[in-house]
Amino acid sequence: MGSLRSLAAGLAAVLLSTLLVLHTLALAQTALPLAEDPVLEERVKRISNDLRCLVCQNETIAVSSADLAVDLRRQVREQLRAGRSDDEIRAYMVARYGEFVLYRPPFKPTTVLLWLGPFALLLGGGALLYYLLRQRAAARPPLPEAERDRARALLKDGSP
Amino acid sequence: MKRYLIPLALFLVLAGFLAVGLQRDPRLVPSPLIGKPVPVFSAPRLDQPQTVVTPAELRGQVWVLNVWASWCVPCRIEHPLWVDFAKTQKVALVGLNYKDKRDDALAWLQRYGDPYRLSLADNGGQIGIDWGVYGVPETFIVDREGVIRHKHIGPVTPEAMRDDILPMLRKLGA
Repeated sequence: MGSLRSLAAGLAAVLLSTLLVLHTLALAQTALPLAEDPVLEERVKRISNDLRCLVCQNETIAVSSADLAVDLRRQVREQLRAGRSDDEIRAYMVARYGEFVLYRPPFKPTTVLLWLGPFALLLGGGALLYYLLRQRAAARPPLPEAERDRARALLKDGSP
Repeated sequence: MKRYLIPLALFLVLAGFLAVGLQRDPRLVPSPLIGKPVPVFSAPRLDQPQTVVTPAELRGQVWVLNVWASWCVPCRIEHPLWVDFAKTQKVALVGLNYKDKRDDALAWLQRYGDPYRLSLADNGGQIGIDWGVYGVPETFIVDREGVIRHKHIGPVTPEAMRDDILPMLRKLGA
């Protein structure tokens, strides 16, 4: 009786462990595409992070779940696998969707204002502030000698 | 008085920029493909999947490419305009069925009318990517030399048909 019970327990343990192994195998199968080439996935992620999803414009195609973003991520992955460079893939996207897809627009004549505008504003504002403060300081008449003496006496005295 | 004029002027300039900005639709991104030759593709016909069509076969005539799908709700809004277009215009209207199932697409055309002289299928969405499609429906006008001359993003309205599409087709001599 006791041996029968232990046999049943043993069988159950074997069955359970088999199931567990099968289960982890199944999990490993679904995770395979990612684990297959972590370096490639890292590059896909880096490039996708710089590309705007045109369907939901404030998201990159790396985080967007829009259908088009999924397709474009696959596109990036396939092109990397085919040996294309990062720049070639970016050029591919720009040729189709325009420079708006780039989260880091290139520095060129039409984007000078975009890149340098904030610094120009900062410099202009600083210059204006400097000029106004100097003008104000120059416009203020110096304190007459008599009032200066009174102020000095008051400060020294310490009591009104 | 003068000291109030400068902030007022600055305010007006800012308000002007914002007013212009508010009237523009950020979803409409100008296509870099305007003025460029149509992307090369080979697409199976929707009605006969064994037959493959390339844009070279449409060379020498002005044609309109309308990207649509049966799952696309705005496509249903613009569709009567295309049915009407097919009845009144001589221009070849080519439909590109984008990321759809063939049966669904055929049933949709059966139900709402089929204005397309030629219907192509892009099940995988690759042709859509090559044409820079990001919001179905989209409409392109291609000239006799096979150059894309106009793109309309989103459903075509009667106004867009009257003010943009038909004048462009007339200009191209279609």
